[in-house]
Amino acid sequence: MKEIRLILPIYSEEISALNLNDKVLLSGTVYTARDEAHKRMIAILKKGETLPFDLAETAIFYCGPSPAAPGKICGAIGPTTSSRMDPYTPDMLKAGLKVMIGKGDRSVETQQEIKAAGALYLIAIGGISAVLSQSIVSCETFLWEHLGAEAVYKMELKDFPCYVGIV
Amino acid sequence: MREISSDTIQEAVYRAITKISYHCDPCVTSALEVALKKESSELAKDALNSILLNHRVSPESNIPLCQDTGSTVVFAEIGTDMHVVGQTLPELINEAVRRAQKDCPLRASTVAEPLFERNNMNDNTPAIIHIEFVEGDKIKLLLAQKGGGAENMSFMKMLSPAAGTQGIIDFVCENVLAAGSRPCPPLILGIGIGSNFEGAPLLAKKALFEPLGRPHPDTRYREMECEITQRINSLGCGVQGFGGGCTVLATHILYAPCHIASLPVAVNIECHAHRHIEVII
Repeated sequence: MKEIRLILPIYSEEISALNLNDKVLLSGTVYTARDEAHKRMIAILKKGETLPFDLAETAIFYCGPSPAAPGKICGAIGPTTSSRMDPYTPDMLKAGLKVMIGKGDRSVETQQEIKAAGALYLIAIGGISAVLSQSIVSCETFLWEHLGAEAVYKMELKDFPCYVGIV
Repeated sequence: MREISSDTIQEAVYRAITKISYHCDPCVTSALEVALKKESSELAKDALNSILLNHRVSPESNIPLCQDTGSTVVFAEIGTDMHVVGQTLPELINEAVRRAQKDCPLRASTVAEPLFERNNMNDNTPAIIHIEFVEGDKIKLLLAQKGGGAENMSFMKMLSPAAGTQGIIDFVCENVLAAGSRPCPPLILGIGIGSNFEGAPLLAKKALFEPLGRPHPDTRYREMECEITQRINSLGCGVQGFGGGCTVLATHILYAPCHIASLPVAVNIECHAHRHIEVII
């Protein structure tokens, strides 16, 4: 399969050159967020405050990693079901989010919101965590460490395999 | 009366959880290899190759098959001629769950309270345990590490007996297709027919422990299993929603007696990271 290498931040012209189902090897800094982290990030944004990273420059990876074993860079890494984050996505897009990584379909409304924002939804394969972990260069807890898998992790990706789901 | 130390069972449960977190059921690997040969969609082939690669990389790299390392579910069949000495069965299973979470390490995925605090137990306890007593002096444990994504897409309904075979098949196919790519296809379907409101889902869960692809001993149920698998696979969700013909790897039905007014049907969906094992002591 043809593979397209992309490095974050991804610019609008790169997004508009992509087609549905293109295979992408993604590199750069991403932040993980699941349900609880989204709830907290939206609460920050609703107060008019800014997040401690620039949503436009990065990607949000819907992922709750397993803990790293001693001596490993990371544990098992893989996407969680993206549609659970649909209720939070319009506010995230308004705050500048351009790239999301997860698994599964999004609601019709969310698909429209993503397209209207000129954003990109990338699908990673679920249940191949050992393979995906090989594309992680670094992984550290960034926000709300006490939330465990639901915390925000900052990850450096190198040629992380995914597919264009919505563009 | 045979006596078994709770430490012996605890160690066996600990080893079982540890093993299935990294080693996929070889029957699933074989079924995926067959699916790959038949697959026509390039995207689905790419995904199947990645899944098969993961089966090799996970044990080699000591990284779990899936980041959702699951909740522990145990069906225990306890022989009435045996006695566990030391901890009770729930205590020893939960101790094994705690140890496996810490040592592997596995993801802590259990919250103590479901709605308000949702505070994480950080040790994956309590396991969900179903106990029944059988003849003999052995203990058999059917153990699964069940992921949340596929569990979230599972469903049940109290159908009317008039719904019959086609009513059940339509109900199952419609809801599995509506789940789309969210439960991480290719899937294994456990279907419980009969019993009652709580019994049908238990049958469905237990059906997931059937050896993958084993044909039902009753021809009529076997035909239903085949029709459900074939119909879903002909309707194009495919591996991870990428299209092609492999949404379901196998369908297994278990049935039980039920009330004259009822036809309960439950479907427990399992993702391709099928982490199941049987332990007999």
